[in-house]
Amino acid sequence: MQQQVIDQDAIYQDVIDGASHWSMVIPAGKVLSLTDIEGGANVSMLFYNPKNLLERYNAPDTLKCQHTFKLTQGHCLYSDMGRIFCSIVGDDTHWIDSVGGVANKQKVAQKWGKRDYQTDRNNWLQNGYDSLLVEVAKYGLGKRDLAANINLFSKVKTDDEGNLSFVAAHSKAGDSIQLRFEMETLVVLTTCPHPMNPATEYPNKPVNIVLSEAAAITADDQCLNSSAENGRGFENNRRYSCQHSHHQHTAVVGA
Amino acid sequence: MISTSQFKAEQAVRSDTVFAGDYYMQVVKAGQTLRILDLEGNQAADTLFYNAHDPSERYSAMDTIREQGNVYLTTGTQLLSNDGNLMLTISADTCGRHDTLGGACATESNTVRYALEKKCMHACRDSWLLAVAENPQYGLSKRDITHNINFFMNVPVSSEGSLSFADGISGAGKYVELTAAMDVIVLLSNCPQLNNPCNAYNPTAVEMLIWD
Repeated sequence: MQQQVIDQDAIYQDVIDGASHWSMVIPAGKVLSLTDIEGGANVSMLFYNPKNLLERYNAPDTLKCQHTFKLTQGHCLYSDMGRIFCSIVGDDTHWIDSVGGVANKQKVAQKWGKRDYQTDRNNWLQNGYDSLLVEVAKYGLGKRDLAANINLFSKVKTDDEGNLSFVAAHSKAGDSIQLRFEMETLVVLTTCPHPMNPATEYPNKPVNIVLSEAAAITADDQCLNSSAENGRGFENNRRYSCQHSHHQHTAVVGA
Repeated sequence: MISTSQFKAEQAVRSDTVFAGDYYMQVVKAGQTLRILDLEGNQAADTLFYNAHDPSERYSAMDTIREQGNVYLTTGTQLLSNDGNLMLTISADTCGRHDTLGGACATESNTVRYALEKKCMHACRDSWLLAVAENPQYGLSKRDITHNINFFMNVPVSSEGSLSFADGISGAGKYVELTAAMDVIVLLSNCPQLNNPCNAYNPTAVEMLIWD
């Protein structure tokens, strides 16, 4: 998969420690590859348009337009403005959680015990909610701006009655997920553990990240063609960036 | 789970009919009960809740479904805030299942879901934006237009991870009741969607009743 979506050497490589938070503005046409180094990682992610921070990742729009509850390769992640922040062009785990959210301080203390920076320094048990809150604050955002996030490397499924369960040992060491950015995007992430993770010890799992150039999108691109809805999403991006037609899908919507 | 209410309409302290395409924005006090009544059946009532004293605390779909361990809302569901606090409890439900994954329609999402030329059709998020603009006393803005509940909508999720907008299971006269655990702002858009067969392409009115 990686050969098809990335056409050059890495622009940079980095490791994000477990129980940490980070953010970056990624231009259109780049691929962010995340790799679970040890297995059992979790990356909670939110997306914003850096030019208009009111445009942000919208979980319901993303799920309903692709008729899916899970997210995986072939799906796109949508803003609330009908545009695609990024396409999932690779997913070794086959299931990215769309609804689990993040744990707050109380939940982490309940599950894994209370620890603080004063006692434990950087081995304290950070929680995903505070991590995202701190990271979005760097861009002038706050509590009101924390939308429903996605959780990479984690799987939460339902049974036929709608009962939710967390699937343990979902992501293996070396599993990768590739996100191809279709517009300039502020990515906010935390590696804090998933709120439904039943592990008895606080899971402190690092991830490797690599930013690369994306290969040109071809007419048979999987994400572009996985649904008529995504064809229209790409068309919305094309209009937003005022680009001339360069994809097959313009024929579909140009009539 | 289906359950009925003992409240009598004539004893309600407040009653409002909300026509399709309109919004409803009212404070419901702690201890009061709100009924949303589907007058003609299979109408989508897109609803958000905020703490009336600090609207940065609001209904959280993720916290609610994770903590109850189920994606559907019905009798007994505790609607939780982004701070993990109880906002309201569903105290009666003659429909049996309500959605909180499908979100609300917007002009922009209509372009993706239906067709680019549907972009200027009336949509729930426009109703909410008008509501917050016309009610500046609450201090809300687009930042606060978040992940809502669709009362009366049926959005089944499968164990394989699919999600669909199925035919409604509501009907004329069905209702859901919520008892408030804190003073809440109720912001409802009575959905004007004309492109979805789940309401038979015919948006209709709902009635909002409040009891002490």
